[in-house]
Amino acid sequence: MFVARRLVLAHFWVAFVAFLGAIFLGEWQMFMRSPLSAWINNPEHYYRSVTAHGTVMAYVLPTLVAMGFGYAISELALKRPLIGLRWAWTGFWLVIVGTAMAAITVALGKASVLYTFYPPMIASPFYYLGVVLVVVGSWIWVALMSINLRAWRKENPGATVPLAMYGNLAGAYLWAWTSVGAAVEVLVLILPASLGLTDTINAGLARVFFSWTLHAIVYFWLMPAYIAFYSIVPRAIGGRLYSDTMGRVAFALFLVFSMPIGIHHLFADPQVGAGFKFVHAAMTAMVSVPTLLTVFTIVASVEIAGRLRGGKGMLGWIKALPWDNPMMLAVTFAFIMLGFGGAGGIINMSYQLNETVHNTQWVTGHFHLIFAGAIVIMYFMIAYDLWPQLMRCGSMPAGLMRTQLWLWFVGMMVLTMPWHWVGILGMPRRMAYYDYSHPELQAQAWTVTASTLGGLLLVISAVLFVYILARARRTHEAPVPYTFSEPIHMPARTPVALNTFAVWVTMMIALTLVNYGWPIVQLASLEQASVPVIPIGGR
Amino acid sequence: MSAVAEAAEQRWAIIVAAIIAVLIAMMVVTGLHWAAMPPSRVETVDVKTLHLKGEFVESNLGTALESDGKVVVRVLAQQYSFQPQCLVVPEGMPVTFRGTSSDAIHGFSIGKSNANTMMIPGFVATFTTTFRTAGEHLMPCHEYCGIGHEAMWARVQVVPQQEFLARIGQEKRLSCVRR
Repeated sequence: MFVARRLVLAHFWVAFVAFLGAIFLGEWQMFMRSPLSAWINNPEHYYRSVTAHGTVMAYVLPTLVAMGFGYAISELALKRPLIGLRWAWTGFWLVIVGTAMAAITVALGKASVLYTFYPPMIASPFYYLGVVLVVVGSWIWVALMSINLRAWRKENPGATVPLAMYGNLAGAYLWAWTSVGAAVEVLVLILPASLGLTDTINAGLARVFFSWTLHAIVYFWLMPAYIAFYSIVPRAIGGRLYSDTMGRVAFALFLVFSMPIGIHHLFADPQVGAGFKFVHAAMTAMVSVPTLLTVFTIVASVEIAGRLRGGKGMLGWIKALPWDNPMMLAVTFAFIMLGFGGAGGIINMSYQLNETVHNTQWVTGHFHLIFAGAIVIMYFMIAYDLWPQLMRCGSMPAGLMRTQLWLWFVGMMVLTMPWHWVGILGMPRRMAYYDYSHPELQAQAWTVTASTLGGLLLVISAVLFVYILARARRTHEAPVPYTFSEPIHMPARTPVALNTFAVWVTMMIALTLVNYGWPIVQLASLEQASVPVIPIGGR
Repeated sequence: MSAVAEAAEQRWAIIVAAIIAVLIAMMVVTGLHWAAMPPSRVETVDVKTLHLKGEFVESNLGTALESDGKVVVRVLAQQYSFQPQCLVVPEGMPVTFRGTSSDAIHGFSIGKSNANTMMIPGFVATFTTTFRTAGEHLMPCHEYCGIGHEAMWARVQVVPQQEFLARIGQEKRLSCVRR
């Protein structure tokens, strides 16, 4: 790396320290509502904790990881110093100030509205301004990624953009556009109410704007993990990438199909008509395409590694894989969790099946399995993989890493499988306590205890993760030059569409406008839809 | 080599297309054939006068047998209770729920059934469902609505059709709230 080393380290350290704090809150919540503990004295403390846990895990952690990883990719893949280092630090400090502002406001109990905001409940303006600063900081990152790629193109006219950088930019553009939904919700609807300028808010419209962000943000979280699947995993396990083109297609499709599907979060809502609900459901089916392509390509790439290591026959290559390599373990765990989580996701988006599980513990189980499971386990691997470059610390301790990964995987399964199960039985989510003396709930009490134990394993794993990063010491040897995966055969020429973004960004914006335009116009013009705000913690 | 790879990718592309087609077909068939649709129409109501006039005044809440023979349950959600706290519905008859919120966002699901809706202030949530077996279900608020959210539970009693029709004959609005 050239100039971004300290920058990337700063992003990762803040991300993972915040993550460690938030995971303790998560486990505390699980314990407080389980039969292992008495009813919480003040439920407000529970929701305060949920707000902090969600805000850190959904906004702070993934944004900082995507930013830090993005800066690293820009230098390592383009092989040139990062342009705009000072701006990058500005973006970083905006995220830090925003996080601190939001965290203090939440800790004071002035913003217990959960990270999904829920107007007409209105929190202190400092909470929303904090979140806005985090997002504005990340917009600087989006601009810098674009500028750096442009500079590289100028130096290398007609050359194929490295796959990692292509995915990085896809993630950046996706985030720039997806964050617009929540930004409009906060700046136009919520902040005026929070500042006391208005006394009513259109809660239905606010939900539609938030849904614009709420689903696509998941693909922003997921991008670093997918970039790692394509451009780190095959190299790390001694294989080749099966298809470079397939990676580009997957990234481009995420750009197109992530946004115009968010209304599937509102299937049970009264403020959107059945027609748009159906259109969004059908489009959601389409967004599974890039994941299905990725599963194929990465499994094929892993098979290449197995065969290069002498594996023979239909399944013999699986035995020949480097199972003692933490990356092999991580990608396997990630795919298992992605498989279960993805299947659950297809149930959620299925228009009718959603009625069975909407707002139950099933949903909590679903997104923990996908995000905290499949995606965050790859965040761990990204950090482990980059650490020798960032810390100049030689190789990482494989044994400890394997223990950490096993704990995370087992913990996540034990946490989320009971949630899925009781969700089908109708157990609601976001509860500070349950009345286990009721016969119907008593039968489900064991599942909450099980999830608490799963959470405990996750806490141990997270502590171990931070310990592994913290124990790295600088050695005198220079780090091994960093490489990305090599495709098994690089096409002579990459199609222009798969080397640029114009077509995909245009489609992204157009499809979003088509799928969101009418519901937004319709809701904005309804008069009775504005309802009195409910100040939380004194606005 | 690259021909083999291409053929494999093409086969997988066909499988992916088939999966997507089956998923969408399932949604269309169940949507049209079973008329299984999520709550669907955009209907507003004035929160500020809910308690004064219209169908959500307190005396009109609960289960009604409309003049056209339809069973309609009207329910109001507020921080932190449902009104009425205990609903009575018939077994084996279509039941239409109409509900709204007078303050924050609420929602409810009923026991292990598929009855599940959000309640957004300013909008009327409506859906129709049929309860197949008699019994009592829990009806929790399933959306975070403030610090009393976890204690916001109602009950739904599904009673045999004859009993339901007999009881609703005596009262205009039926509920099972203990007085």
